[in-house]
Amino acid sequence: MGKSCMTTPLVEVENAQLHYKVGSAASAMFGLPSVVKAVDGISFRLNAGESVGLLGESGCGKTSMGRLLVRLEEVTGGSARFDGAEIADLKGSDLRRFRSRSQMIFQNPFDAVNPRYSIKKTMAEPLGNAGIPKSEWHDRIVTALELVGLAEPAQYLDRFAHQLSGGQLQRVVMARALILEPDFVVADEPVSMLDVSVRAGVLNVFRDVRDKLGLTAIYISHDLALVRYVCERTIVMYLGRIMEDGPTEDIVREPLHPYTQALVAAVPTPKADQSHDPLPIGRGAPDPRNPPSGCVFRDRCPKAFDRCASDVALPQKVGTRTVACHLFDGAV
Amino acid sequence: MPEASASRGLVGRIFGPLHLPVGDNFAVAGLIIYAVFAFTAIFAPVLAPYDPTEILYSAEYNLASDLMPGEEGHVLGTTSLGRDIFSQILFGARSALLVGLTAAFMVSVIGTIIGLLSGYFGGWVDTVLMRLADVAFGIPFLPFVIVISAFLQPSIWNTVIAMALVLWRDTARVIRSQVLTLRSRGYVEAARVSGSSDMSIIVRHIAPNIVPLSLLYGSIAIGWAILTEASISFLGFGDPDSISWGFMLQDAFASQALSRQAYHWFIPPGIAIILVVSAGFFISRGYENLLFPKLGR
Amino acid sequence: MSEPLLSVKDLSIAYEIPGLDVVAVSNASFDVPKGSIVGLVGESGCGKTTMARAFTRIIADNAKITHGSMMFDGQDLAKLSERDMNALRWRDIAFVPQSAMNSLDPVYRVEYQLGEVLRGRGGMSRKQAHARAIELFEMVGIETNRLRDFPHQFSGGMRQRVAIALALALNPKLIVADEPVTALDVIVQRQILDQMRELQRDLGISIIMVTHDISVVAYICDRTVVMYAGEVVEVCDTATLLSEPLHPYTMGLKNAFPDIASAGTGTLTPIAGAPPDLVHPPSGCRFAARCPFAKDRCRAEAPVLKQAAEGHTVACHRADEAVSLRARAAEPETWEKVA
Repeated sequence: MGKSCMTTPLVEVENAQLHYKVGSAASAMFGLPSVVKAVDGISFRLNAGESVGLLGESGCGKTSMGRLLVRLEEVTGGSARFDGAEIADLKGSDLRRFRSRSQMIFQNPFDAVNPRYSIKKTMAEPLGNAGIPKSEWHDRIVTALELVGLAEPAQYLDRFAHQLSGGQLQRVVMARALILEPDFVVADEPVSMLDVSVRAGVLNVFRDVRDKLGLTAIYISHDLALVRYVCERTIVMYLGRIMEDGPTEDIVREPLHPYTQALVAAVPTPKADQSHDPLPIGRGAPDPRNPPSGCVFRDRCPKAFDRCASDVALPQKVGTRTVACHLFDGAV
Repeated sequence: MPEASASRGLVGRIFGPLHLPVGDNFAVAGLIIYAVFAFTAIFAPVLAPYDPTEILYSAEYNLASDLMPGEEGHVLGTTSLGRDIFSQILFGARSALLVGLTAAFMVSVIGTIIGLLSGYFGGWVDTVLMRLADVAFGIPFLPFVIVISAFLQPSIWNTVIAMALVLWRDTARVIRSQVLTLRSRGYVEAARVSGSSDMSIIVRHIAPNIVPLSLLYGSIAIGWAILTEASISFLGFGDPDSISWGFMLQDAFASQALSRQAYHWFIPPGIAIILVVSAGFFISRGYENLLFPKLGR
Repeated sequence: MSEPLLSVKDLSIAYEIPGLDVVAVSNASFDVPKGSIVGLVGESGCGKTTMARAFTRIIADNAKITHGSMMFDGQDLAKLSERDMNALRWRDIAFVPQSAMNSLDPVYRVEYQLGEVLRGRGGMSRKQAHARAIELFEMVGIETNRLRDFPHQFSGGMRQRVAIALALALNPKLIVADEPVTALDVIVQRQILDQMRELQRDLGISIIMVTHDISVVAYICDRTVVMYAGEVVEVCDTATLLSEPLHPYTMGLKNAFPDIASAGTGTLTPIAGAPPDLVHPPSGCRFAARCPFAKDRCRAEAPVLKQAAEGHTVACHRADEAVSLRARAAEPETWEKVA
């Protein structure tokens, strides 16, 4: 399978759903919630080379969506396609090829690497799985480590995870994800566990590598500033649904969805004299077990009106973006 | 691995890589006891002055029965039937260790495999296996062994089989928990994403973290197995053809050794059982320290 | 200038590990004025948590205050007996530990846990404690009908508010909060910070907030103490710290934070290298290895925390050249050359 042609999107998600059963038959009888809808009707397309941020707070389903795209989970409804093929249906050699083309960068580097393995062994695992001849391993590993900015990579080969700093180890995690030269990478909050002065370095590496290899990337984060630094397009999620989808700059400068407006207003900046106005959002936290009827955001939305309680807000095109909000019903 | 105590050194360097718990003094004592009994069991025919089942006669064709220790060269005296007690003790080590180690091995292996499959694959495999474990939990152990011995012939191997059929339940549950935890670790998921097969993940990432736990439960199982075998023999359901410590106790009991104050008959096997079973628990304590070093602080 | 509420002078705290002494905090000095929010900012391992815990003397068993003083209300916290210190805890100084939301006992109702502090320490009667609990919930913004709920029934943000309520229970003069909003989502974080600010203004208390996030400090803290490798490197009011920092580390930190308000995406410039090993700290300035402006003097002689301007102290040999250094610090190439 070579690289896809430009007209077919590389990743195509249509009304994807990931529902978990919780509780027992008995608790369902008592009216307690029996399903957690981690992802509930997500649709978007990614063209080759695009970088999209999945932005949202905890419980919004962004991590679940990322896991669906690398087949750590399988959709319970709807479809998620990679290069035209349904991800959840892949088998055998097709599945193996998918695994070498689609990779994940994990959040906690110290959890993502087997503490008993040397760095060399960690990096060799994907090579072994893909059937790369052993003679090529050393060079490939060294190249990958250089790619992520680890100077003199040979010194890391025999070290173990606990001997590296968080920043170094996260680069190794990235190198491992890139060693098979994938087309598509899902980065799950890759810098949230790192020290702040180290984050910049790792983020820069991510950007450079993505540009150099022409990767298609999904960057999962709850931090709008980080998403803005890395992605030209952002999808804002809330309780398993998409609230807004469009160019990052537009979304930051002029957020359309009330939730996005609250998110943008909430981000603190490293400048004194920030606005301390109260956020335009109700208190309370999203509960994936018990989402409100109609629009999932309506119980915290300052602009909710009667339609919001009865009808689910479907994504609609508004200019360069897609917004799921009844305020834009009938908008061009 | 946590820092070992002074027991590290030559012993530690030889046995360390084998995952033997040489860091704890008790565990080392347990290992030494095992070593002594193992030696005894292996070399029993050489060490024992007499055949344990041989009925002996003293001069003048009299039954050499109920001799006291020291009389006529019998270190621990003789039984009412004229058998040498010391030889019986030495040969008894054989059945104890045979039963103990075999049963422990089977319990450990069966429990680990079931726990591994259950925890890793989940779904209906997990449901079926864990319901099986629930059944095993519901079976009263000693009566079950007695029933098996009654149906099949009373023999050492049937005791071992009965134990293997039931005792895997604890190990399976614990291993399953550990596997569930490991399965959600980042590096296991990373392995899945890089295309590792299930077998490869189990062998490379999960098994190495499971083995110490298996050994822990296995060493506990040795103690239980030996006690069980002794109990079965004492109750009269054991193998009549092999001399085990339990059998000796039963023999002594039937001959009313206590009322005759023949302490030299039933105290030695009792002590032997206590020593070997305790050794098993000491060793398991060592594994516990290996696995959960923070408990000690 | 009125007396500061807390005055830390030359404080040093060391951990005793068999065979070694790791000095986690080295000669720290700064003041916490009455009725202000002071941020304690630095990377992990810089000693800020150790110092925060020292204010209520709940440092680890193998940690010791080797040197220095913490003057609070006329008493030196470093020298108080355990009994006297215990009298101050919760009543005058309260501590909100990291992940406080996870430190609530899951088997007791929230009101009961508040009651432990109110009645046990505060000596209130049941009725008084109940009334105060209602008052506290109103202060931190939780519905008062949730007093009888268990911790797991609250979301993370709500639990953090409960932790703050616990700290406020006996009307302390000073609250020390260790990373109070780090684990929270950005909207909840903002709401909690707003609540803390409001409480601080209404009650006139002081708050010391330990964090690694300079944006949080910018949002809420009146003054900031910057720590690096166990030392205090700069102290001043937040606005000046962000616009005119004197210490190269502070200048570097600013470059490392993506700023959502600035136009365009800009570039993030990391500070190359890693903090020094505190077991064998370098002899000169601890930041010298990563500093683009380090000179030989910096590597040989450790700079001392000195007053550079009114209310602004800094530990840097080149503090008087700050204006030109700042201009250079704004350029990414300056930092890339250090690597």
